[in-house]
Amino acid sequence: MIQTSFVSKTIADLKPSGIRRFFDLAVNMEGVVSLGVGEPDFVTSWNVREAAILSLEEGRTSYTANAGLLELRQEIASYMRKRFAVSYQPESQIIVTVGGSQAIDIALRAILNPGEEVLVVEPCFVAYSPLVTLAGGVAKTIQTVRENEFKLTATELEEAITPNTKAIIMCSPNNPTGTQLRKEELIEIAKIVKKHNLVVISDEIYAELAYDEDFTSVAAIDGMMDRTILINGFSKGFAMTGWRLGFVCAPKEITEAMLKIHQYTMMCASTMAQYAALEALRSGMNDVEEMRKSYRQRRNYIVKSFNEMGLDCHNPGGAFYAFPSIERTGMSSQEFAEKLLFEEKVAVIPGNVFGESGEGHIRCSYASSLEQLQEAIKRMSRFVEKYK
Amino acid sequence: MHLTEKELEILQIIEQNSRIDFHDLAKMVDVDESEIADTVKKLEDMNVIVCYASIINWAKVDTYHGVTAMIDVKVTPKRGVGFNEVAKRIYRFNEVESVYLMSGAYDLSVVVNGQSMNEVAQFVSEKLSTLDSVISTTTHFMLKKYKHDGTIFEPTNEEDKRIVVSP
Repeated sequence: MIQTSFVSKTIADLKPSGIRRFFDLAVNMEGVVSLGVGEPDFVTSWNVREAAILSLEEGRTSYTANAGLLELRQEIASYMRKRFAVSYQPESQIIVTVGGSQAIDIALRAILNPGEEVLVVEPCFVAYSPLVTLAGGVAKTIQTVRENEFKLTATELEEAITPNTKAIIMCSPNNPTGTQLRKEELIEIAKIVKKHNLVVISDEIYAELAYDEDFTSVAAIDGMMDRTILINGFSKGFAMTGWRLGFVCAPKEITEAMLKIHQYTMMCASTMAQYAALEALRSGMNDVEEMRKSYRQRRNYIVKSFNEMGLDCHNPGGAFYAFPSIERTGMSSQEFAEKLLFEEKVAVIPGNVFGESGEGHIRCSYASSLEQLQEAIKRMSRFVEKYK
Repeated sequence: MHLTEKELEILQIIEQNSRIDFHDLAKMVDVDESEIADTVKKLEDMNVIVCYASIINWAKVDTYHGVTAMIDVKVTPKRGVGFNEVAKRIYRFNEVESVYLMSGAYDLSVVVNGQSMNEVAQFVSEKLSTLDSVISTTTHFMLKKYKHDGTIFEPTNEEDKRIVVSP
């Protein structure tokens, strides 16, 4: 028999991200105000950029250790201890990765045997389920509900667990809902996780962007350190998306396993980016604080504006996304987003691309200047008025 | 004077953009619109908000030929009033844009605007140096303004470079 395609069946069956379609629609349109951007509007602080330039001038262009510059890992360890009260050994429990996404990838590959299940709490970042599939696992989704601000409950979790469940991926503050889990809520979830001996892959990339309550790391909950793979990085909090720099902290055994994959597939993260990150941790915390303050003001502005125009929107505790319900317009989220783009030239992301429980909602990033947000709100009010 | 956190936040936003709509400002700091108006009024009355000015790049205006000089002034402080009295005598002149008391090699930093270098020179030699307490002056003419009060004059190509939609 003649082979009809050279592409593997796994990849052929993998669905492309729903965001891609919107990108294609919006990218060539003139005058679009975009609330569809999943990254900070700030440019990386000058002192951080300058540190990277200096590293190039000094000729620091070779590989680093597989796990990343020890200096950087030490700085990360101290940052994690001071900021989030979790203690990791720089030599054996931290790997510097190419963004948070690569960290999630090696975490999944390090722990999964073929066919093992991973619980994915939706609505969530579009990459989790595909990464589980790529690692040979089976993604099982848990649908959270708007009535509970899309927070995972212990009951929902327990109901989804089967004898084949190995791990759960969670993200708080969450993309796309902005929801942040409180410490008490995490404790309840942790009880179930421990009872069923699961691993938690905790995507804490938005940890620096918590506006109302202090952020609690899953690893800081009693007894969770030994079963948590903590993902964090510089993209969101430090406005460094394009540098592709994240890190993963985990128990020693898992870290060793991840490092095997990392050394064969990536060798190490970009050296110049690592020097930039070092500077970010050493002197960038004031900038982070400034950015956090600015996001909080814009969050307040956009959430109130949505509620004012009649789109119900819960108050998201973190990240830079609002996730209003568009139910009253009677449209599906795809239909709403498409019409809004064509009629008012505002780009938002339809909620269903983040999972079925995202249907009836749209993700609006408020990581844009106030002027842009004001313009978007003006156009959207006009639009909602017409269709409600 | 002690300000609440919200009042501070309002001040910081107004400092960046004094023309911001109160309705939007109220949403941003999560208070009622009337509270914004009251707070701003209070801060104005207490002279915390001193005035609402704008930053203008005069270099772009063809008909403008003014010059600005920064003058380091050494003075003898007077018993009882210290530097305040001489500072007052200086800032009363219309030509004087700002006066700061400095630590270091000189005492007052005076910024002066004039129509020409000649005009500024005349002001320094006739008005400023002749004041009783003034010991010496050093005048520096400003050649170009790059950044003023936190605002960069030439847009530095910092438009949104992000892709329009991303996960």
